[in-house]
Amino acid sequence: MIEITDLHKSYPVGNRKLHVLKGINFSAKEGELISIMGSSGSGKSTFLNVLGILDEGDEGSYTLDGTSIKNLSEKVAANYRNKFLGFIFQSFNLINYKTALDNVALPLYYQGVGRKERLEKSLFYLEKVGLADWADHLPSELSGGQKQRVAIARALASDPKVLLADEPTGALDTKTSYEVMDLIQQINEEGKTILIVTHEPDIAKMTKRIVHLKDGLIINDERIEPVKALANV
Amino acid sequence: MFNIERWQEIFEAISKNKLRTFLTGLSVSSGIFILIILLGIAEGLRKGTKKQFENDIPTKIQFFAGRTGKSYKGLNPNRKIDFSPKDYAAITNKYKDEIQFESPVLVRYGAITNYKENNGSYIIFAVKPDSQFLNNAYLISGRFINQRDYDNKAKVVVLGQRPIKDLFGGNYKEAVGKIVVINNTNYKVIGVFEDEGGERQDTYMYIPHSTFSTLYNMPNNIGRMEFTLNPSDSYDEGLNRLEDFGWQVKNYLHKAHNVHPDDNKGIVFRNMYTQGKNIYMVNLGMKFFFWGIGILTLLSGIVGVSNIMLIIVKERTKEIGIRKALGAQPKSIVGMILQEAIFITTISGFLGLFFALGLLEFAGPYIQTDVILNPNVPFSVAVFTVILLIIAGAIAGYIPARHAAKIRPIVALRDE
Repeated sequence: MIEITDLHKSYPVGNRKLHVLKGINFSAKEGELISIMGSSGSGKSTFLNVLGILDEGDEGSYTLDGTSIKNLSEKVAANYRNKFLGFIFQSFNLINYKTALDNVALPLYYQGVGRKERLEKSLFYLEKVGLADWADHLPSELSGGQKQRVAIARALASDPKVLLADEPTGALDTKTSYEVMDLIQQINEEGKTILIVTHEPDIAKMTKRIVHLKDGLIINDERIEPVKALANV
Repeated sequence: MFNIERWQEIFEAISKNKLRTFLTGLSVSSGIFILIILLGIAEGLRKGTKKQFENDIPTKIQFFAGRTGKSYKGLNPNRKIDFSPKDYAAITNKYKDEIQFESPVLVRYGAITNYKENNGSYIIFAVKPDSQFLNNAYLISGRFINQRDYDNKAKVVVLGQRPIKDLFGGNYKEAVGKIVVINNTNYKVIGVFEDEGGERQDTYMYIPHSTFSTLYNMPNNIGRMEFTLNPSDSYDEGLNRLEDFGWQVKNYLHKAHNVHPDDNKGIVFRNMYTQGKNIYMVNLGMKFFFWGIGILTLLSGIVGVSNIMLIIVKERTKEIGIRKALGAQPKSIVGMILQEAIFITTISGFLGLFFALGLLEFAGPYIQTDVILNPNVPFSVAVFTVILLIIAGAIAGYIPARHAAKIRPIVALRDE
C-alpha cells in the first residue's frame, strides 16, 4: 500500500537548512494499524505530511497504492488527497459554520458527488461513529470526543485507501481518547489502513505496529499485539 | 455558479461579517451611485442646452460687429466696427432672393420699466417685424410689431412673460392697450409673447428698431444683423448654403469696413450649426470628465472590496487549508473567493444603481432649469454599468483569490 525509500526532507530556516527527514525507508501493507512515535522535532509530523501529500520530499520515492507520488501539480495532489487519503487532526479542523452532516459531506462535494447521495452517504458514516442524532448540530455544539468522531466520519466519507491521524487524541481526556481509539480499531478491523502519529505510549500500544522516529530516522519498528481500547474505557 | 453549497458558504461568510460587508458594499454602492448621478447630470446638461437652441430656427445666422484684431491699410487694431444702415440695405438688397426673414437687432440691458406702482428691469430688443419669426416669439395676446409701427417709429412694445408677471400680475390679456414707461418714455403695449427658450427670453421687450435708433440717437449703428434663408431641400444643403452666405457677407463687410481679410475678431457670424458644434464639444468634455470621476470613485470601491476579501482570505486560511486537505482543487477555492467578491460588488452596485436611477426617475422631472433639464440615464448606460460592476467584482476578487489558492494546507493546518 505504502512504499517509501530513502526519503529526505529539509526546510530552510533563515539562511540555513534544517534537515528534518534524513533517509526514511518505510512500507505499510493494506489493513495495518501503525503508530508513529517520537519526541517533538523528531520529524514525525513532517513524515505524516509527506505521506498525506500535503508536502513533498526532496529526495527519495513514495508510492501510494501503486501510484508514484512525485512532482505533482496542485491539481493532481488535491485529486490524490481526495481519492486516497482521509485526514484526522488533533484539533479536529471541522468547519465551524457547517453542521456535522455538511462537514462529513465536504470530501464528497469535492469528489463531485450529487447533493442527495452525498448527504445519504454522510449520514451513513455519522451513524457509523454513533452521531446520527447530532447530524444537524454545529461543531460548537459538540463535545471534543464528538467532534473527533465527526472528523473520523469525514475522513471515512470519501472511502480512502489510507487514514492518516495526526495526534487524534491529543486534545481529548483519557476516557474520550480510548473511545476514539476504539472507533479507530473498529475501522481498522474492517480493513482500512491507518497511520497514527502520537507521542502517548498508551495510545501507541493500541496499534498493531509502532514506528519510532528520532532525529529524522526510524530507529525502531516493531509489531505488537494491540491492547483493546474498549477494555480500558 | 449555481451551486447551493457555494452560495451557502458565501451567505455564511457575509452574515458572519455583516458590518464589514456592509461598509465594503457601501463604497461600491456610492461609487456606482455617483457615477450614475454624474452621467444623469451630463445627460441633463445635454438636453438642457439642446432645448435652449431648439426653439431657434436652424437656418438662422447672426452677424456681430466687434473690435478688429489686426491692423490693415494703416488702420490700428482694436478699432470698433459698427454695422450701418447702408451695410444692412446692401446685404438685404444683394441677397433678397435668398433671405427669408431679416432684422437688425439693438439690445439694451437693464431697461427700467414702470406700470402704475410696479416696476422692473428688463432687456429691450429693438427689431423689425420679421423678428417674430427669427426668434420664434409666440404671441399669446395682441400682435407683434408691424411694418407701419416701424415706418412710423411708433412707441409700441411687445412684452415677455416676466414683465407681464411683475407689472400686470400675470394678467396678459389686460396688458394689451396699456401704457408702460420704459426708461422714461411711454410705450403702448400691443402684444404679449411666449418663448420656450428659457428665462432670459422671458425678460425681452420688443420695440421697433427705428423707434430705438431715433430715441437713443444711434443713426449709424444698427447693432447686429439676423437672417434666415429660404428653406432648402435637405438639412446638409441648408447648412452649406448658410455657411456660404455667412462667408460671402463677412467678406463683403470686411471690404466695406476695411478689415483685414484674415481678421477673425472684427466681424463674426454665428449660426446654429457652429454654435451647436461648440456646445457639443463642451458637453462631450463634460461627459468624459464625469465618466472619469465616476470610474475613479468606483475604483476606490473596488480596492475596498479587494482589501476586505484579502482579510477574509487571511481569516479563512485554516478553513481553506482544511478544504485543500480534503481534496479541494485550487480552482474551486479561486472560484469561491471570486464569486463572493463578485457577489458583494454586484449586489451593492445594484443597490447604488437602483438608488441613483430611482432618484433620477423621481427627482429628475422636477429639475427644469435652463442648464440642466430632466437628468436621466439611458438604459444602455445602465446595462453597461452593470457589466462594469461584474468586471469590477472580478478584479476585486482576483488578487485575494490567488492568495487563497496559494495557501499550503500544512501551513494552514499547523496548530498554533
